[in-house]
Amino acid sequence: MSNTKTKKGFERNLKKNSMGATFLNIPYILWAAIFIIVPMFIVAYYAFTNNAGEFTLDNFNKLSLYRDSIIDSFVYALVATVVTLVLAYPFSYFVARSSETVQKIIMMLVMLPMWMNLLIMTYSIMNIIETNGIINSLLVSMGFDKLKIINTPGAVIFGMVYNYFPYMVLPLVSVLSKIDDSLLEASADLGSNAASRFWRVILPLSVPGVISGFTMVFVPSVSTFYISQKLGGTNVNMIGDSIEALVKSVNTIHLGAMLSLVLMVVILICIMVMNRFSDDSDGGIVL
Amino acid sequence: MSKTGKIYTAIVFVIMYLPLLVMVFFSFNEGNSTANFTGFSLKWYKELIEDEAAMNALKNTLVLALLNSIIATLLGTVAAVGIFGMKNKWFKTGIMSVTNIPMMNPEIVTGVSLMLLFAFVGRLMNSPESLGFGTMLIAHVTFSLPYVVLNVLPKLQQTDPHLAEAAQDLGSTPAQAFFKVVLPSISSGILSGALMAFTLSIDDFVISHYVSGGFTTLPLLIYNMTKKRVTPEMYAVCTCIFLSVLVLLLVMNISQIKQTKKQKKSDN
Repeated sequence: MSNTKTKKGFERNLKKNSMGATFLNIPYILWAAIFIIVPMFIVAYYAFTNNAGEFTLDNFNKLSLYRDSIIDSFVYALVATVVTLVLAYPFSYFVARSSETVQKIIMMLVMLPMWMNLLIMTYSIMNIIETNGIINSLLVSMGFDKLKIINTPGAVIFGMVYNYFPYMVLPLVSVLSKIDDSLLEASADLGSNAASRFWRVILPLSVPGVISGFTMVFVPSVSTFYISQKLGGTNVNMIGDSIEALVKSVNTIHLGAMLSLVLMVVILICIMVMNRFSDDSDGGIVL
Repeated sequence: MSKTGKIYTAIVFVIMYLPLLVMVFFSFNEGNSTANFTGFSLKWYKELIEDEAAMNALKNTLVLALLNSIIATLLGTVAAVGIFGMKNKWFKTGIMSVTNIPMMNPEIVTGVSLMLLFAFVGRLMNSPESLGFGTMLIAHVTFSLPYVVLNVLPKLQQTDPHLAEAAQDLGSTPAQAFFKVVLPSISSGILSGALMAFTLSIDDFVISHYVSGGFTTLPLLIYNMTKKRVTPEMYAVCTCIFLSVLVLLLVMNISQIKQTKKQKKSDN
């Protein structure tokens, strides 16, 4: 009784202060409008105009030239994300089932490479797998032939999996460690075996983590240009590579804007669809 | 953890840390190569300290990260308080969706869109060379803000609303109630937001790549170095970054463990 009273009082108080709240929001709203919303429209503006500032559909028609690189990007990113998920899921499960101290230490070890710059990690991988790199030097010194690893699709996918692995582990561990042991015991008592416990209890409960990990790996993978440049050479051409090359020159900047617009729209649609699948954003851990 | 689990975890860590170890190892190489180790030497570290461009980039990176962290934390905290106090649900959802955009958008799109904005404004104002420190700072604050807001907002939601009310009942003004009661209880969220803004800024390459102009930070320097055949000097840069990150993480974790211990003690 008294609780509802104070609650109402609190709400009244807030209403009184809501003028203040609006006032507090003004700087942020202005900032977000100028530097988040307006740039998105400017991308669209550049995409549909030419150098003279006239409306044109040229850039839109030229998109067909980039069809292969757009499709490639999505295929590469999808394969990399699925591989990451398959590798990270058992890892996260083991981590989530271990004691609290072990879990803390492992998570710190997982996050440490995440804080390292992607450029550094990718370059170091390149150094290991390139034609005269460390693996091949070792092979030659042992009397074997050199392997061709770099500049293959596999190398690019490895680079993505390697760099974004922690982004999958974090949300997965966060949902998996919340699963109540008694649920697993109950399903075991009711006669389920390990496989059906996984498919019918653990997996459904970890869906929010899977979805947020999927997004956090897929989005940077599909738009990367450094990984494909360094590990894929000229054999792999992704949409990020095309954008990067196009926006450098004044003459092609409008086409680059068109490609960015496509990438942005497709990704935002993908994320909206994915969010439909998870009702709560419980697994949405951000770092 | 089962035996399979232990073996699997160990394999993952070996692969995960191999490139880092290679990097640290070859930074001590005597020769020019990053694949053939010819002998131990500290010469690349010496060269790094004497490298003016690298030192300048380091200074730029730290100044930018610090300023970014201060501005983003102030702006983001005020915004979080404002968003929390908002009554109109539609408006609130709208602002939160916009907040999420920089986190969901691919970095390259954020970078290109800001570059085009600056180019557009530059053309309007007839100054084609508009890119530089200012645009870098704006870009970094823009991508750091959501992380600050999303770190502070949950803390506000956890705070007992009756506390601020009680303070006001006891005669404090709303401002006093905020600074003396609400602010201390959300300070951990503000701190982690500030830290995140700082590290995101230090680490950022893609967005900076498009809006930097002539302003060079460490990631941009590393990018330029890796365009050509690199010397172990770059690995020396990276090893230094790695060690700073390691120390920072250790300090953070140790202070966290101490805090939980303290909490446990006071709970007992």
